[in-house]
Amino acid sequence: MAKKKAAFYTMTIPALLLFFLFHTFPTLQGIFYSFTNWDGYSDSYDFVGFKNFASLFTDGNVLNAYMFTFKYAIVVTIFINVLSLLIALGLNSRIKFRNFFRGIYFLPNVLGVLIVGYIFNYIFANAVPMIGEKLGSEMLATNILGSEKWAWIGIVIVAVWQGIAFNTILYLAGLQTIPRDIYEAADIDGAGTWSRFWSMTFPMLASFFTINMVLAMKNSLMVFDQIVALTGGGPGRATQSIAMLIYQGGFQGGEFAYQSANAVIYFIVIVIISVVQLNFLQKRELDA
Amino acid sequence: MKTRNSTNWLITALITLGSLVILFPLYMTVSIALKNPEEMAQSIFALPTGLHFDNFTRAIEATDFFSAFKNSFIITFCSVSFVLLTNSLVSYAVARNMNHKFFKGLYFYFISAMFIPFQIIMLPVVKLTTDLNMNNVPGLIILYIVYGLAFNIFVYVGYIRSIPLELEEAATVDGASTYGTFWRIIFPLLAPINATVAILSCLSTWNDFMLPLIILSKPESYTLPLVQYVFQGQFSTDYNLAFASYLLALAPMVIVYIFAQKWIINGITQGAVKS
Repeated sequence: MAKKKAAFYTMTIPALLLFFLFHTFPTLQGIFYSFTNWDGYSDSYDFVGFKNFASLFTDGNVLNAYMFTFKYAIVVTIFINVLSLLIALGLNSRIKFRNFFRGIYFLPNVLGVLIVGYIFNYIFANAVPMIGEKLGSEMLATNILGSEKWAWIGIVIVAVWQGIAFNTILYLAGLQTIPRDIYEAADIDGAGTWSRFWSMTFPMLASFFTINMVLAMKNSLMVFDQIVALTGGGPGRATQSIAMLIYQGGFQGGEFAYQSANAVIYFIVIVIISVVQLNFLQKRELDA
Repeated sequence: MKTRNSTNWLITALITLGSLVILFPLYMTVSIALKNPEEMAQSIFALPTGLHFDNFTRAIEATDFFSAFKNSFIITFCSVSFVLLTNSLVSYAVARNMNHKFFKGLYFYFISAMFIPFQIIMLPVVKLTTDLNMNNVPGLIILYIVYGLAFNIFVYVGYIRSIPLELEEAATVDGASTYGTFWRIIFPLLAPINATVAILSCLSTWNDFMLPLIILSKPESYTLPLVQYVFQGQFSTDYNLAFASYLLALAPMVIVYIFAQKWIINGITQGAVKS
């Protein structure tokens, strides 16, 4: 028995040490540096207490990045979930070539986010304006990514185009766990399509809805690759996400300590949002 | 009752329309990759009139495609293989000792890391990997294996706990060691969940951009996505070259997907339902 216990320890302790070295230790370092004024390459630094944190709250660029990221994440999460649920319902109904279409809708998930971003960058810069000119629409004739006001919509379109793939498959998996005969009972009761969806299908998808909302929200809050490929954070700082700001400020702007403090706040924000979201959605699951 | 058994043409039409939205950017990619500048000047939407495969030869040369492909392949193959072998073993030890404080603590320790945004460790980890001389391909592989633990333990432990203990007890009576029991009895039973973990790690590693961007220091160790980023300046004046390069970078995964589509989707579906 002791030998067995020993084996379980040798199975886990190397993993624990490696995980501590490459994940926990850098996390603690990040928190440590957030209380200093280190620029990332000098030999020395001083402790500055909570100065970085205090400055963060009055820094226009930081507030701007948080505003953009929240706006973006909320819109993307809603669109991804509504559209992927609709597509999953469509794929789950009596249609022709169901497996073929399922394959098409999942395809974007195997493509690299960065490269998809570059492809859409070209489409926004060249293809859409060309269509806009033909239609005589001034709105479409300009590159949306060049507009300080609308560039974020372009990023939303790309993220939704690609993000619906994975959520559709999860909703489809959920729909397939619902037994067919409960619908037959509803048919006898004369329930319409709409009421059947809200009273039967949607409640049975509750746990899938929770997972999909949390996943989409977490991914959107961390948006980085799309921004690099589409706008680089511009025009100006119009689409600079939190992840982008930490990367640019920390690696290129000599703000290692300051952006570490920003990352600590970002971490707290993500934990709070995830916990609130999970609590709210799971309560809804129970009520349903 | 009638509608239940016959094809719903309205929904088929809507689904077809939606799939065109998915396919349009890919059509643009393939057609621009095969055109030359004169054809582009006529129409960027039309099908190419001739097939300009020289775009691909130029892209292969310009980006050193085979070197980037080799790096992406080695990184993905090694990471996924070791993720399957090591993460499942750790999860087994944890899953079979959840009543023990140490292992239960370990479970929550790994899982809680899922909530820590990468940005908080991003800056220190670059320092760390540079100091340890790990800013290269092997270093990147180690990071993927270690970081995979957070999510994979969650998936594996749930699955292992649903496997009855009797099988292992019989093996122990026969004198098999704990390791022997795991490799000969448990690991083969993990095949369905191994497939899910393999697919998800394969896709995320192959397509990852941020970790290679900050870790890899030498151009000869660049991966496929990173190469697209590095050559963007050169691409902005030559769309045909750029799209040939994008297509080459996307093609390996798309080809795998076309052949293993059913298996990949089932793997993810199964993982979702089980956990």
